Amino acid sequence: MEVQAAVEAVFRQEHGRIIASLIRISGSFDRAEEAMQEAFAAALATWPERGVPHNPGAWIMAAAHRKWIDRSRRERTRRDKQEALRYDTESRGDTGEQLLAVIDEEEREAANMLAWDDRLRLMFTCCHPAVPQEGQIALTLRMLGGLTTTEIAKAFLVPEATMAQRLVRVKRKIQEAGIPYQIPPASQLAERSRTVQTIIYLIFNEGYAASAGDELVRRDLCAEAIRLGRLLVQLLPDDPENAGLLALMILHNARRDGRVQDGKLVTLEDQDRSVWKRDEIAEGTSLLESVLRRKCPGPYQLQGAIAALHAEAPTPGDTDWRQIAALYSHLFALQPNPVVALNHAVAVAMSGNWEDGLRMIDEAGAGGRLERYYLFHAARADILRRMTRFDEAAQAYGRAIELATNPLEREFLTGRLESVVSHR
Amino acid sequence: MRYLLLIYTDENSTEQATPDDVARISRAHSETIEDAVRRGVLVGLDKLKPTVTATTVRMDTSGALITDGPFAETKEQLAGYYMIDCADLDQAIEWAKRIPTGCQPGEGCIEIRPIQEIRKPSGLGK
Repeated sequence: MEVQAAVEAVFRQEHGRIIASLIRISGSFDRAEEAMQEAFAAALATWPERGVPHNPGAWIMAAAHRKWIDRSRRERTRRDKQEALRYDTESRGDTGEQLLAVIDEEEREAANMLAWDDRLRLMFTCCHPAVPQEGQIALTLRMLGGLTTTEIAKAFLVPEATMAQRLVRVKRKIQEAGIPYQIPPASQLAERSRTVQTIIYLIFNEGYAASAGDELVRRDLCAEAIRLGRLLVQLLPDDPENAGLLALMILHNARRDGRVQDGKLVTLEDQDRSVWKRDEIAEGTSLLESVLRRKCPGPYQLQGAIAALHAEAPTPGDTDWRQIAALYSHLFALQPNPVVALNHAVAVAMSGNWEDGLRMIDEAGAGGRLERYYLFHAARADILRRMTRFDEAAQAYGRAIELATNPLEREFLTGRLESVVSHR
Repeated sequence: MRYLLLIYTDENSTEQATPDDVARISRAHSETIEDAVRRGVLVGLDKLKPTVTATTVRMDTSGALITDGPFAETKEQLAGYYMIDCADLDQAIEWAKRIPTGCQPGEGCIEIRPIQEIRKPSGLGK
């Protein structure tokens, strides 16, 4: 049992690192996965007898490499020449023979392998823009997160066979289209980093959205996204948006326990702030402060700063809406879309400028742009309610309820509708 | 790896191209071609005549069904191709970015298709 737990711990912690090296060396996702599985099977077979090695990750890495060498040696005797391995990069070019020469010193060699950080290559390959987005998400979780296909399927509420199929298609696309296993050149790094950030944030949001699904699985997804965010900061510390994204996720996650109470959705305003995780808020805030000092604020840093202002307010009344409105206006300059405009308008209203805010909400939705977006109607309804314009508020709540798909959210809106109706 | 870069463009719009547009587009092609040749990347390229000249042949059980025009009506039409030989998709994307696809920004696009290598008969024409 102890061994089982040790193996599981290594699997979770070291999966990304080990698989990333194996993919580079073997030139294939499938071969890397096979070697990895065999290595874990070997661990389960030998550790109970010989004990858990002092560096289990290095042991698995060395064993997986040996498995791969054995396999390619067998394949080589079968064929005259070995097929060129696509992912074998010129930076190292180690062949099976070279690895064999040092295999006796496997621990030392394995430690070296751990030092080559292939995880960044893996991250950029999984999140290559030529890969469909749902495939990027699935592959990132499978490869870097070490989640099983079953776990990913459960998290995204799709049948396991569908998820397995999706993973097969993605790996095939990468191999067949010749998507390189490399860190993009400096000229593309910023643009490609955006895709990686998007995928990590989508994983987080999938876990954070208060929709249906196993709560435990959803928490895991958030934890995984944060772990990936930390990895991204560690690997690419020069991009301040990486720290901005990490801070944003940490700050949201710190409040997750307050969001649902007795199966009901609780708004930020009504949440029990004592269940918010103070240490996490402190971590997110200090991360943000240090990165904002670089004076290069991007969308994630700005959203992180907004989340920090909400999280730091001891009571809803202490929320610095004026500052939040300023941050949204800055965000709108970078991302001029109607949803950001709507959030900006709400912040303006909440800072006390009700009429201005309401006018800006209507401007954000001008031309029916947000007509099908339930949060537009919900936000409008909420501001009208606060302005005691109950008839109009009731109408807007009605429209929001029609459009909302999440049962928790619908229930919440219905409650609000009843309360404004009783006031008129 | 070999890639086929398919150039899709809106024929209606290219028909109305001004002499300036034409000059700009052919200059961009020339520069791309020269550079690709210099780097030993270019395998081949061609420009296609417009889709009004296209003929589609479909064989079914009763014989050949021959129709006028391309097999699918689309907003943008296949206008030509480059075939390049480069290391990976990222390099192919970089080349694709340099191929002009229309008169206005945002007009037309390049579809990148990796070539599936097959055994070819000897004595193929050029």
